[in-house]
Amino acid sequence: MEQFYGYFLYGLSLLTFGGIYSILTLGLNIQWGFSGLFNAGIAGFFAIGAYVSAILTTAPSARHLGGYDMPIGVGMLVAMIVTAAIAWGVSRICIRLRSDYLAIATLGIAEIFRLILKNEVWATNGARGVSYVPKPFENITEPWNQISMTLLVLGTVIVLYFLLERARTSPWGRLMSAIREDEDAALAAGKDVERLRIQAFVVGGAIMGLGGAMMAHYLKFIDPQAADPLTATFLVWVMLIVGGSANNKGAILGAFLMWTVWSATEILTSRLPDALAIRTAYVRVFLIGLVLQIVLQKYPGGILPERRLRAASGKQPQNPE
Amino acid sequence: MAVLELDAVSGGYGETEILHNVSMTVEAGEIVVIIGPNGAGKSTAMKSVFGLLNLTAGRLLLDGDDITGTGPEKVVRLGVCYVPQTENIFPNLTVHENLEMGAYLRNDDYSGRLDEMYALFPPLAAKRRQPAGTLSGGQRQMVAMGKALMLEPKILLLDEPTAGLSPKFRGEIFRVVRDINKAGTPILMVEQNAKQALSIADRGYVLVDGKNRIDDTGKKLLANKEVAEMFLGGGKKTKS
Amino acid sequence: MMDFLSFYLIPGIVLGSIYALGAIGVSLTFGILRFANFAHGEIMTLGAYVTLTLIQLTGWHPVVLLPAAMVVVSIVTLGVDRYFYKPFRTSPVIIVVIASFGMMLMIRSVTQFVWGVQLQAFVPGVQRPLIFFEALRISPRHMIIVGCALVLMAVEHWLLTYTMIGKAMRAMSDSPELARLTGINTEMVIKATWIVGASAATAAGVFLAYDSHVDTMMGFQILLPVFAATILGGIGRPYGAMAGGLVIGLAEELSAYPWIGSEPLLSPGYKAGVAFAIMVAMLIWRPSGLFRGRVF
Repeated sequence: MEQFYGYFLYGLSLLTFGGIYSILTLGLNIQWGFSGLFNAGIAGFFAIGAYVSAILTTAPSARHLGGYDMPIGVGMLVAMIVTAAIAWGVSRICIRLRSDYLAIATLGIAEIFRLILKNEVWATNGARGVSYVPKPFENITEPWNQISMTLLVLGTVIVLYFLLERARTSPWGRLMSAIREDEDAALAAGKDVERLRIQAFVVGGAIMGLGGAMMAHYLKFIDPQAADPLTATFLVWVMLIVGGSANNKGAILGAFLMWTVWSATEILTSRLPDALAIRTAYVRVFLIGLVLQIVLQKYPGGILPERRLRAASGKQPQNPE
Repeated sequence: MAVLELDAVSGGYGETEILHNVSMTVEAGEIVVIIGPNGAGKSTAMKSVFGLLNLTAGRLLLDGDDITGTGPEKVVRLGVCYVPQTENIFPNLTVHENLEMGAYLRNDDYSGRLDEMYALFPPLAAKRRQPAGTLSGGQRQMVAMGKALMLEPKILLLDEPTAGLSPKFRGEIFRVVRDINKAGTPILMVEQNAKQALSIADRGYVLVDGKNRIDDTGKKLLANKEVAEMFLGGGKKTKS
Repeated sequence: MMDFLSFYLIPGIVLGSIYALGAIGVSLTFGILRFANFAHGEIMTLGAYVTLTLIQLTGWHPVVLLPAAMVVVSIVTLGVDRYFYKPFRTSPVIIVVIASFGMMLMIRSVTQFVWGVQLQAFVPGVQRPLIFFEALRISPRHMIIVGCALVLMAVEHWLLTYTMIGKAMRAMSDSPELARLTGINTEMVIKATWIVGASAATAAGVFLAYDSHVDTMMGFQILLPVFAATILGGIGRPYGAMAGGLVIGLAEELSAYPWIGSEPLLSPGYKAGVAFAIMVAMLIWRPSGLFRGRVF
């Protein structure tokens, strides 16, 4: 019975983590799948959202900024607003330039934020992180508190999914799709491509901030490791590519699938003797990277390729010499 | 046997078909000009020779050999050199280095050929150590042509060599084209400046909407009423 | 004054040389292959670790072992290109950028697997600086690094200016399409580009390790300044990359100098931010870089 309960809780954690990562992939999907923007700094938005919400909702502490004791909902909302503002600033600078530049700039932003979070110890408690972050439903008895948390996360995912599907099929969404297909034609038709891209980037960023906030509250803890490019950026990318970019269902599928793989391999390798266990961590990363390369080369659409809104051909526009 | 022949070529980029059943030849020693309204498919016809098109029908023949479907790298080796309309020089390489790149495929001593190019394009000789991108439009065009000629090709393809040039330079370019031809290289040329082009051409092809419309000798086309109506009258069309 | 030279200017030049070498590779691949190679940092790290192993096997000086390390790393890089980048030659650029992002983590995990993650010293022992003019302190290692960097850059210059393959590389950087039309063997040029870039990156990694220590994150840590140097110098401009590297290195070290008052102008924890700030400024003000490279 004990063991079964353990599995049950583990299952809940899979669903919760999978759900939070789904929020991240959905946010990335708006930026990448809808508007073709390569955000290599997901970790930055994620971490900012997490810290903002954590700082706003924790009790006063000598170790870090805080003590505002705001309700969790407020924390999450402000987290979204702050990340949206930052996303706006970033995109204003970089949106016109090519994808490489955006990738470098966003990676840089994420790294800078990680440095700030690590160095400004007075605000963030540096590498030790912010603890005792309030968790929704934590005062309810076990296991209902866990179940409620999971349901909250899953509920958020579902709501987001429907909102984003509505957006995708809306005139706005069709416009984004048109821009992605043929930017020159859209420009010629007088569309303000830049403004639309910025909108997509901002909305995606805000959703990532929400994901970060949720993670902080779920774990009751956040530290600069949250801005680690491996788990917070790369993994999300793999999830989206494998699941199917430009497809919201694919984004969610990829998140749950890859998280389960990631988590299960962690459990398996933790059973090994210590010396070996450390090394296998690197094997896990290597394999995840390999999965990405294989998918990119052989199944670029992912498991659930994009469902086109029109019957237009899915070919890349040829570039006449 | 023609040096170059397009035989009932149809095709385009991707799925759109631009050329429909286009045929033309270039005989030894000739200057052949392709003219036509904007969007007629003139440049496309030229690019088909160079393997840059999806062909759905027809053949391309070089000296009687079928070269249909051969990619650009191989076509160069077979002796067809192409000067595109834009981006036809390496701007950050010097004039001399551009010519050297033109001779990349050669394994022999080509210093003689280099001298010939400088003789053919005197303004370049003085500027040989200058980055090609700093030269004037007309001189850049010379570099582009000289580069293409380094391989002593069987035929030279020129895509609108006078586009965007002032009238003075246009005349000079046409003179050079004639000189190149006199030195032994047949030329296939797409031109917007129909009148001047036809005046140095042995023969010309008029393409409209991707199809052959008229073909005749240069002189006869100049005198042709329909051609005159289409685009010789009312001043020259200059590409912006 | 002597303090300024010893502790800020000279380290700035040393760091700048290292960045310059790293930036050469990025600039070349960016210019010729048209994408930002996120795995470049890991190539630098790999170069350092391969050299570490060679040092452990032979006991020779890292600089002496550099050519051998360059060969090994070049082979690895060519393999990576063959299996992970080449399939995307005609795909949208962003795909190969994603692939390089993935390669970054894959190469790093291999390095971590083979060598472990503890910090290691290249050459044991503390370096004693030489003292000139009674107060100017320059460490012999720094002199070696800068000296070698100058030699390598001179070799690079010779390669690009006087050899056919070097000119072909510059030509392809100007216009890959025209290079193809001219009959230049583009795949060979691409291979040459990788070899030159990987070799320069190996040197950068080795010198960085020589100056401090080896660790598996070192390449990633200098990736951002290296990208910044590339953009600053102009993409596809190897000489610009060298200049850019020097500027960034100097800016980083000089930012810690107490220009105003007695506190460092910028807290040393934010040194990486200097490179980033310069890069953002360039992107806003002049994306083609100081030497007018490509803007995509």
